[in-house]
Amino acid sequence: MDYIGEHLVPGKLGHFFIYLSLVSSLVATLSYFLSAQSKNIETATGWKKLARLSFITESISVLSIFIILFYIIYNHLFEYKYAWQHSSLSLEFKYLLACFWEGQEGSFLLWSTWHCVLGLIIIKTAKKWEAPVMTIVSFAQFCLATMIAGLYLFGSKWGSNPFELLRNSGVLDNAPAMHLEMDPSKALRPDYLSFIKDGNDLNPLLQNYWMVIHPPVLFLGFASSIIPFAYAISGLRKKQNGVSSAADWIKPALPWTLFSVAFLGTGIMMGAMWAYESLTFGGYWAWDPVENASLVPWIVIVAGVHTLLIYKHTGRALPATYLFLILGFVLVLYSTFLTRSGILGDTSVHSFTDLGMNAQLYLLLYLFLWGTAILTAKNKDQKIYFSVSAIILLLLSASISIPAIAFVSVLSGLGALCYNIFSQPSLVKEEEKGSSREFWMFIGSLVLFLSALVIIAITSVPVFNKVFNIKIAMPEKIAHFHNSIQIFVAIIIASLSAIAQYLRYKQTGFSFFRKKILIPFILSVIVASIVLMFGEINYTQEGVGFMAAIWIAVALSIFTIISNFSYIWLGIKGDIKVAGASVAHFGFGLVLLGILISSSKKEVLSNNINGIPVALGENENPLENLTLIKGLPTAMSKYTLTYETDSVHPKKQQWYYNIRFQSKDGKENFVLKPDAFINYKGNEGLMANPSSKHYLTHDVFTYITSLPNPEKMTDTTKFKNQWMKEGDTAFYSNGFIILEKINSRDSIPQPGFDPTDSATAATFKVYSKYNTTYTTDKALLINKHGQLESYPDTVFAEGLVFKINQVDGNRAEAAIKDSNSILKYITLKAYKFPMINLLWAGVLITVIGTLMSMIRRIYQNKRSSLKA
Amino acid sequence: MKKMHIILLVLIAVSIAVLISFLKVASSYDSFANAKENPGKFMHVIAKLDKTIPLEYDQLKDPNFLGFHAVDSSGTVVKVVYRKGKPDNLESSERLVLEGKYKDGQFECNNIMMKCPSKYKEDMNAAQKNIQSTTNSK
Repeated sequence: MDYIGEHLVPGKLGHFFIYLSLVSSLVATLSYFLSAQSKNIETATGWKKLARLSFITESISVLSIFIILFYIIYNHLFEYKYAWQHSSLSLEFKYLLACFWEGQEGSFLLWSTWHCVLGLIIIKTAKKWEAPVMTIVSFAQFCLATMIAGLYLFGSKWGSNPFELLRNSGVLDNAPAMHLEMDPSKALRPDYLSFIKDGNDLNPLLQNYWMVIHPPVLFLGFASSIIPFAYAISGLRKKQNGVSSAADWIKPALPWTLFSVAFLGTGIMMGAMWAYESLTFGGYWAWDPVENASLVPWIVIVAGVHTLLIYKHTGRALPATYLFLILGFVLVLYSTFLTRSGILGDTSVHSFTDLGMNAQLYLLLYLFLWGTAILTAKNKDQKIYFSVSAIILLLLSASISIPAIAFVSVLSGLGALCYNIFSQPSLVKEEEKGSSREFWMFIGSLVLFLSALVIIAITSVPVFNKVFNIKIAMPEKIAHFHNSIQIFVAIIIASLSAIAQYLRYKQTGFSFFRKKILIPFILSVIVASIVLMFGEINYTQEGVGFMAAIWIAVALSIFTIISNFSYIWLGIKGDIKVAGASVAHFGFGLVLLGILISSSKKEVLSNNINGIPVALGENENPLENLTLIKGLPTAMSKYTLTYETDSVHPKKQQWYYNIRFQSKDGKENFVLKPDAFINYKGNEGLMANPSSKHYLTHDVFTYITSLPNPEKMTDTTKFKNQWMKEGDTAFYSNGFIILEKINSRDSIPQPGFDPTDSATAATFKVYSKYNTTYTTDKALLINKHGQLESYPDTVFAEGLVFKINQVDGNRAEAAIKDSNSILKYITLKAYKFPMINLLWAGVLITVIGTLMSMIRRIYQNKRSSLKA
Repeated sequence: MKKMHIILLVLIAVSIAVLISFLKVASSYDSFANAKENPGKFMHVIAKLDKTIPLEYDQLKDPNFLGFHAVDSSGTVVKVVYRKGKPDNLESSERLVLEGKYKDGQFECNNIMMKCPSKYKEDMNAAQKNIQSTTNSK
């Protein structure tokens, strides 16, 4: 049957390119693999040619899928489920991109697109590493292509196709009006599309500019983590074949690892900025499982950068390097599983919705672990042994659906891989010296790695619950639990990053070290003492011990900042080309300091019982909400807040509230505009977006937590009538009202009025019991052609409504209503975050430093390849 | 034994100690019946908002106090008190993860996590609403 108004061409093209990308990535994988395996140069080149051709085809396909999907979203082709589900007509252009990656399909596509870009760079630059590295990248591309394939194979569906039509997706199946004769069992009516007037819209929380940029950067970070992984696997393979010396792979791997650190780190922190600006948990980091899942691979890859450097300079720490770089990517896959399988449902506030692809996500992890374990096996016997175990375990997991078996199977793959890593003979036999740089760098990497393991173990509790059928839940103060562990990690890492640069590889003379580090050390002691003495870092909520730890960490992060900054002159004589590490560690010190100060000195501004009297119960600790009545200035810590006006978005139920903050000393006066979606898509309740005022030293941050309940708004009070002269007084529940003036006019200079018509305006002055006064003069009574029309006036802050019913000479009958229900009010929370800019600046500097190191390593590699 | 091996062992021991201490402070997913039996014990209860009993929330009196009734999977209804204001989307959530302890006849809640109906179901509802409105307007 033909349906009216459908655009089927883009979808057909899209399907074609998805299949093309499936096939071409598979061909690329196989031919790269054969090229890497082949001992004969000619056959190797032949396979490589085919592989390149397929990978370029693959890249074109992925790019085309990307463009077609965006075309569908951009043109609001709601016949496609993806466009209907994630976008709407009222969405601004910039958010069309955000809705592109709101869904799992779009974000997989983003990931895949980055793989293509990185893959093309590898083809251009990697030379002899191209074939082994690209084997792995192409295989990852094949796996990602299956995620958006939507194919039915072996009795189950593989992947979720973004080009699925709405009418095939099941959404319309139960809607009678969409079907012929209003009967859902009958066929769809041909003009069904004319009833689909708008899409489902993008989740309001994602309608934030950070959501346009955060996912692409984060996914570039995720995508890039495969390159160090692929190099490590290739290194592990090559070495065992005896083709090449192991040291070779680390040269090209080093800049790629730095790249990964820079972009994954930026992506994570952009997510933190989004959380800070758009979510309402009052902060940038909440130790939410989704956040942890992306932080953990980053920490492990950072550890990998450091062991790479150790190996490059001393030949030590090779197994650890393999482990960290391999695990970094495996953890990316694992975090993909965690966030997309829906397993975090009860512990995370923001994971993807379950698409029923758990088996496929599990398989992704399984194939990569066992596949690389087989690839890197020492000899033929072991290869066969591993392959057989992998197949048996997979069949076992598939046939008996007991989570514990699946869990053990995937873990054995990891075990096999680790066996390959650690079964190599170590290169350097004698022990490293305690005075060497590598000794302390290695300890730092170990601490980072183990802290990552602790975080991921805690984050994996829902997995353990499922596997072992237990019911462990997070402790009462999970954030504090993480903080109280990570503060010690921060202390160790800060001390190490402060001193390690002043140590030499292999061995450091004590007098050399002392001479160099003396100045930065003394400077740090002075600065740290000043900061601790006058900084008022008094975070006593969690006891004295925790505060002491914060103080030590603050002092040490200052040491890191100063010592790395000084090293640029003391250590490398201002040579900016080699200053990448110093700059990055300097920035890292700022990050630590920013985190410590902004979280320990975070202030709740709305923690206040001025204004509206609040019933204080026992244990009512965090009184963080404050209610503001429209027009009534309310005291809140050092500010006076006034809810001035509100407005609504022309196209959606998004309300903006203008709240004026005036500091009591008169120095600050600004308006914040938090907004909220009210009863969004018919769901009762509100979704709030915060607003903040940025100062160099702190942010003032506020968001709406509650609005009046419309059910309580039914007005039952009546007007009270009273004849009043000028100067007469009327009383109401909160004070009294004086009728100041009655002003009548006979001729009204407006069209449509006769000369005989008249208007009367009354001026009321309200004296409330809080000593505030309000004057208002908008109550009107118009006598038009003998018809009386009364226009009421209101004083929202006092809940008063005024009317004039009739006028008789100098007397007027005033009607006054005194009711809470006409009150317009909002409830909000407000915080002050000090030194948050230190954190953002630190992130930026760390990233710049990392990129500086990356560029230097690229040049170094170019030079050494020219020499060779 | 090398220095590094000793350090490695110490670090691993510390990590294990941390994980054990986590298990010690960890709570569990439980039912209201168990919460009543163990007053004062922190736990997570997965429940639903009982919409038959009205919420208690008056911003003008106290913007921090929220009282409501919740029913867990075994059907036990308990009054829940939350003293951090009213979370967004409380009414529209289909499932609540309540973290807190039972005390003096009510469940004192520290944190509420709202689980909204799955996107898919929501779409179905939205589609149906949309369609109903178009047919009504005819």
